[in-house]
Amino acid sequence: MAGKEVFALQINGTRREIFAPGDATLLDVLRDDLALRAAKRGCNQGVCGACTVMVDGVPVRGCLTLAGACTGREVTTLEGFADDAAMQALQEAMILSGGVQCGFCTSGMLITARDLVAQTPVPDEPAIRSALSGNLCRCTGYVRIVEAVTDAALQLARQKDTKREAVE
Amino acid sequence: MSIAVTIPPEKLTGTAVGKSTPKLENREKVLGRAEYIDDLYRPGMLHAAILGSPHAHARILSYDVSQALAAPGVVAVITGDDVPDGRMGAFIKDEHALAKGKVLYQGEPVAAVAAETLEQARAAVNLIEVEYEELPAVLSPEEGLAPDAPILHENLDAYFKVFDAGSKGNLCSRTELSEGDVDSAWAECAVVVEGEYTTEPQAHVAIEPCGALAEVDAQGRVTLWSANQSVFRVQANVCESLNLPMSRLRSLTPRVGAGFGNKMEAHVQPLTVALAMKTGRPVKCILTREEDFEIVRARHPFKVRMKTGADAQGRLIARDCEVLLDCGAFADDSPGVLGYALLMSGGPYRIPNQRARGKLVYTNKLRFGAFRGFGNPQVGFAGEQQIDQIARKLGIDPIEMRRRNMLREGDGWFAGPKVASNGLARCLDAVEAASGWARRDAISAAPGKRRGKGIAISAHISGLLGTGAIVRMLEDGTIALNTGATDIGQGSDTVLAQICAEALQVPVEMVSVASPDTDGSPYNWGTTASRVTYTTGRAVAGAARDVLRQAMDHAAEMLDVPVDQLELREGGRIAVKGANVDLPFAAISARAHWAKGGPIVGSHSLVFDEPTHDPKRAIALGLPFPRIGVFSFGAVVVDVEVDEVTGQPRVAEAWSAIDVGRAINPRLVDVQIEGGFVQGMGFALYEAMVWDGARLVNPSLMDYKIPTSADTPPIHSIIVEDPEPNGPFGAKGAGEIGLNPVPAAIANALTQVVGGPLHALPMTPERVLDQMTGQADEQPQGQGDEA
Repeated sequence: MAGKEVFALQINGTRREIFAPGDATLLDVLRDDLALRAAKRGCNQGVCGACTVMVDGVPVRGCLTLAGACTGREVTTLEGFADDAAMQALQEAMILSGGVQCGFCTSGMLITARDLVAQTPVPDEPAIRSALSGNLCRCTGYVRIVEAVTDAALQLARQKDTKREAVE
Repeated sequence: MSIAVTIPPEKLTGTAVGKSTPKLENREKVLGRAEYIDDLYRPGMLHAAILGSPHAHARILSYDVSQALAAPGVVAVITGDDVPDGRMGAFIKDEHALAKGKVLYQGEPVAAVAAETLEQARAAVNLIEVEYEELPAVLSPEEGLAPDAPILHENLDAYFKVFDAGSKGNLCSRTELSEGDVDSAWAECAVVVEGEYTTEPQAHVAIEPCGALAEVDAQGRVTLWSANQSVFRVQANVCESLNLPMSRLRSLTPRVGAGFGNKMEAHVQPLTVALAMKTGRPVKCILTREEDFEIVRARHPFKVRMKTGADAQGRLIARDCEVLLDCGAFADDSPGVLGYALLMSGGPYRIPNQRARGKLVYTNKLRFGAFRGFGNPQVGFAGEQQIDQIARKLGIDPIEMRRRNMLREGDGWFAGPKVASNGLARCLDAVEAASGWARRDAISAAPGKRRGKGIAISAHISGLLGTGAIVRMLEDGTIALNTGATDIGQGSDTVLAQICAEALQVPVEMVSVASPDTDGSPYNWGTTASRVTYTTGRAVAGAARDVLRQAMDHAAEMLDVPVDQLELREGGRIAVKGANVDLPFAAISARAHWAKGGPIVGSHSLVFDEPTHDPKRAIALGLPFPRIGVFSFGAVVVDVEVDEVTGQPRVAEAWSAIDVGRAINPRLVDVQIEGGFVQGMGFALYEAMVWDGARLVNPSLMDYKIPTSADTPPIHSIIVEDPEPNGPFGAKGAGEIGLNPVPAAIANALTQVVGGPLHALPMTPERVLDQMTGQADEQPQGQGDEA
């Protein structure tokens, strides 16, 4: 076990002082020290994706990322997307579609989906399936999750069009 | 992608049933605010770590925990010497809270540490010294039955058993069922097919690993939160293994990150409670993913020998089925799985002569236990391939073959229970039409690929054991529902609230659902056996009727009209028939609370009590379930593509229809179909836990792959409704039926493509390629497929 050290992280827009072992993962710090528990520990090996969070706008595995390596970078967890319109659209679509069952994979799934709709405004089904393939779900068979992301992406694209038209 | 053959919502009357209400707790889940066991913290809470046995079979000679106790942060260490000699088990009470005297599988918890931090607990575990005398291990059922086999449970005779198990030596249980005269029936058959089939252990892989948190109050009473499928089974297992009166332990549940049978019986709850009792402080124990693979439970590997015969018209005459199950080190739910697999071994067919026999053998491996399907997918893998083989020999279309032989309403199931509702014919019609079955030969494969369709059907029960419900009318006329049924994510809280709302004609938003709590909830055996909608739904409907009867009595006095002049109206109002006079529940409940009669509390409880076995029709020995349940039905068609070079099989598309009696919440049924399909597809094509001798070699998600979104095909879920006479609003179970027929359907499609039958799961590219190139292993001992 590494000795504890003090460092600062920028989490969900707020600077947080951390006192944690040098080998603490970002997931450890988020869950145990900061009580940000949307990210889940499913395998602690980087496979299941339940711990997915954003670092500098890129989805990463919280369980494979050292907390100390995130100093000077912007960490965003699902809790940090509370006012994000795209995330809200994804969340509403998940509620309605049936893509939420036990919910343990849901947070990580939403972070990955949020990244996808930012990169690819109207992703087709293969693109969605490929993007989400690093987030394991054992309940749904993925059908309704894919449907939710499809619906949310379409809705977001339409909103964007409407806004653009309004500006023009 | 669902195809609605249910009642269209606009044609539904009433308030709730038949509507795809989003699950009640979805919002907290999408916000990441749902609390699972690892999200719970208590003041002064300690963290636990477990020491697993390095040996598969050994006598424990001594412990030295002094170094571990002296390590930083360590508060307590427990070993087998610290737990009482109580034993737990659903069918045979053979398991302690922690290994005592002997270890029976590699990884079995031998000791546990509670420390201030998880890191300290894990570090200290490695300082515990245990001296063992290694014993020869039993690593297969065949080895276990050998005359000179080392014996796992020397005191097996003395263990408490809930049924006539016939246990002896390493034989944990045996079950035999027989109807008609199988031995003479073969003479009537024009076609007989025979084969041996094997299946591998499948891991549940709920994305949430198992865990528990226990604390003891100043009076010595225990409060226990855990990931579970039944707070009551948790209570029973902990109290039996630790010799505690049940009234001394309160069992609760946070949100559960799914359970597929793995969280039904005990996992770490007993040892977590033992640590909390020893330290007097709250203790949390969460398994790592590796431990979750190694020490919880898994789907049984089966060896099935099956023989089926039909006459020249394709009418099934006889089936003989013999199975050998690896039990693992403890009985757990295994005797039930054996008995249920045998009951299901004939499939949903009229077969006048049937025999099914099986043995369950202790081995020095992880316990095998309940897993969605409960033995049904394994026997179905054999049986449904044999139906196709007979059809092929007789030149009958596989769907037509099934139509000719399927059970009809009023028929008796193998061994005796009557089939009341049966939508199987409509399931077959639906998948035949939707999949374009008639044109299946016209589909061309991409270059380098081969493609074909296969079908399989199945039935599954919903029922079993006791359940209760309490419905209370609150002061303002809204409703509080309390059932003790754990919602494991499948949506039972929502479905039960819908049933309650419909029965009382109130919007579902007016019904609250209590979290299961052994202190306050009525008994519920568990969220298992596809039973909650059917059995607990019946209890909820009954409790709501009780509430309504009391409310009607109040209304009759308040309105001064006889009860038979009153009716329930939408919105929760009791009205005078044919008149514009009514009372809202709020007015009635206010009277009950403050003036007359007392608060309205309705309750109902039941146990499924129709016998499994009809002694006039069948002979049964060692049947673990004397009263089983009602039948749901399903049919699935898969379109499978195989790479000609690699043998890689891929499901391109699937159509799955299930008869659920009545879909209380159609969307939640869709997801049961889809999720069940994908879990069955993983079992069929690639999932297998692999042991090298006594060591599980792939206890991680790196080495044990489950289907991802990129691996799964479009799945067309089709709901068929054939109302069950005594089901709540006609409903019966939906949880397992969608998984059962998947391996067999894929095998039947692969047989179309590469020749078959497929004798072993998983159907890996190697096995498929061997089949395609004619290099599949010959059947052992001349057991040809087609005699």
